[in-house]
Amino acid sequence: MEFLTIIQVLDSTMRLATPLLLACLAGLYSERAGIFDIGLEGKMLAAALFSAAVAFATGNVWLGMLAGIGASLALSLIHGVASITFRGNQLISGVAINFLASGLTVLIAQDWFAQGGRTPSLSGAARFEPVTLPGALTRVRDIAEAGPVMQIYSELISGHTIVVYLSLLLVPLTWWALFRTRFGLRLRAVGENPAAVDTAGISVVRLRFAAVMICGILCGIAGAYLATALQAQFVKEMTAGRGFIALAALIFAKWRPWHALWACLLFGLLQAIAVRFQSFDIAGVTIPVQFMEALPYILTVVILAGFVGKAIPPRAGGEPYVKER
Amino acid sequence: MSLIQKLLGASAALALSAGAALAEPALIYDLGGKFDKSFNEAAFNGAERWAKETGGTYREIELQSEAQREQALRRFAEAGANPVVTTGFAIASAMEEVAKDYPDTKFVNIDGWLPEIPANVQLIAFQEHQGSYLVGMMAAMATKTNTVGFIGGMGVPLIRHFGCGFAQGAKAVNADINIVANMTGTTPTAWNDPVKGSELAKAQISQGADVIYAAAGGTGVGVLQTAADEGILSIGVDSNQNHLHSGKVLTSMLKRVDVAVYNAMTAGEGLETGGMTVLGLADDGVGVAMDEHNAALVTAEMTAAVEAARAQIIAGDLNVVSYYENDSCPAIQF
Repeated sequence: MEFLTIIQVLDSTMRLATPLLLACLAGLYSERAGIFDIGLEGKMLAAALFSAAVAFATGNVWLGMLAGIGASLALSLIHGVASITFRGNQLISGVAINFLASGLTVLIAQDWFAQGGRTPSLSGAARFEPVTLPGALTRVRDIAEAGPVMQIYSELISGHTIVVYLSLLLVPLTWWALFRTRFGLRLRAVGENPAAVDTAGISVVRLRFAAVMICGILCGIAGAYLATALQAQFVKEMTAGRGFIALAALIFAKWRPWHALWACLLFGLLQAIAVRFQSFDIAGVTIPVQFMEALPYILTVVILAGFVGKAIPPRAGGEPYVKER
Repeated sequence: MSLIQKLLGASAALALSAGAALAEPALIYDLGGKFDKSFNEAAFNGAERWAKETGGTYREIELQSEAQREQALRRFAEAGANPVVTTGFAIASAMEEVAKDYPDTKFVNIDGWLPEIPANVQLIAFQEHQGSYLVGMMAAMATKTNTVGFIGGMGVPLIRHFGCGFAQGAKAVNADINIVANMTGTTPTAWNDPVKGSELAKAQISQGADVIYAAAGGTGVGVLQTAADEGILSIGVDSNQNHLHSGKVLTSMLKRVDVAVYNAMTAGEGLETGGMTVLGLADDGVGVAMDEHNAALVTAEMTAAVEAARAQIIAGDLNVVSYYENDSCPAIQF
């Protein structure tokens, strides 16, 4: 295999892993605080629609992203009210959000643009353009002729949208926030033993809402990335299961930020390989593309079954907190 | 408020029209969705044309999942819709089952195949390989890197049928041409994953492709977008997609699903059934799209070559091998 091909696959990995990473970190905040969230998919979808729609209407992609975050926050609020305030079942609330987003996005897009549940194509300032780092080459042919270091720099490191770099920065930030700040300590505690946090005089409800809202913001960025950076419009069901792969990555990473990065990059790499090679030969055995696509789920099941270490979710996860009387 | 009014209005209209004496035709869209800018949208356009010309009304449903196929067929047959027109190969077997129970209802399917066709079922097939052959020729004449790409939807025989014709056309122009072919996936989401379409297009571009033919329903929208962004040419499918990125889409392989739907609805209850209609170049069932959006891209040489090949295929002098003949393609391996 050529060196450049490997670099191109890794480049594609970065693009494909970014929405997974953002959604995975979103789930991390929420689940670390004890609120399971299987509505990541729905929130990303709603954010994708509103970011594309507002970016088209205003011609400004940042306003679009803000609108996407707003839509995602609104769904987060529903999830929070249902599962924290009213102590409803978190899984059911998540499923409801997914269904709601799946149907509403198409309905709103159809009513707004009348183009069959999609938004018009974005161009210019209405979408995220790739960032070219200083000195990097942009044309495919120039890159092919450059030396290996230049190839890595131009193809892999340069030429992504700003959201990709932002999402990578979020990993150390999340680690620092969760493990080095008072807020993070309390957030983790509320996911393990909310009664103890309550006894210390800290509001469980407020902390959990904060976590769910952070989750909403990150899902919003992920959705905006899908619709305004990877693509240039919203298309119905465009998340195509990425929210669920992100959940699988979260379990695979055992709810830890740095591991989440590696898990998402691994899952992104598997997708990139599946895209580049329809079938893959290793030592004379042909691996079909379907196996590659199923691998993230298989790996997650292996982890859950306890073959490779053990994935223990936050202890109070999924349990609504009831104050003792 | 206005939305609720619309919904109420629509349901009231439905309730009223249910009592009408004349049988309405019905149209069932496949999973890609009604507005996929491609296959299903062509069916919708045909139905709309029929409705506008005759003043008639028709019933329609967009399938959301595999499980709804049989249910939707039964609902329409039960409601007295006639004929029931369906798009996509996947519904054919469900239709075979349902057709037995409603012998007085006529069913039409586009793209499907059944070993034995019931007396009240009509299948409509297109010679997609012929149309794809022509766009393959154009792609081979337009490429500067001697590499063309094909991105299919689901890895099924129908899509390989497209790819096979394309590869033969490209090789007819230049026997040494390099053809990169990819399928999007193996599940129905493969018809509606533009992000993956984009990634596939990028992968093909980095392998040197500078003209990419997308036969992938809604996924193709992503392919066309990326091709336009990266400054290479793309080829649309089913509907005329030249206008999506004016001046950047070389042409579109037209599959006149709209004509098939229009004809079926016009025939109404008198529709001839029990067989298979095959529409090819000769019947204008397939073709290449030429309009103001791609005029600057198409050279006189291309037009001449395509016209000559078209005449030869119709006359029977040029045989484009169909993938269905022996489930393999002489020009490309999938």
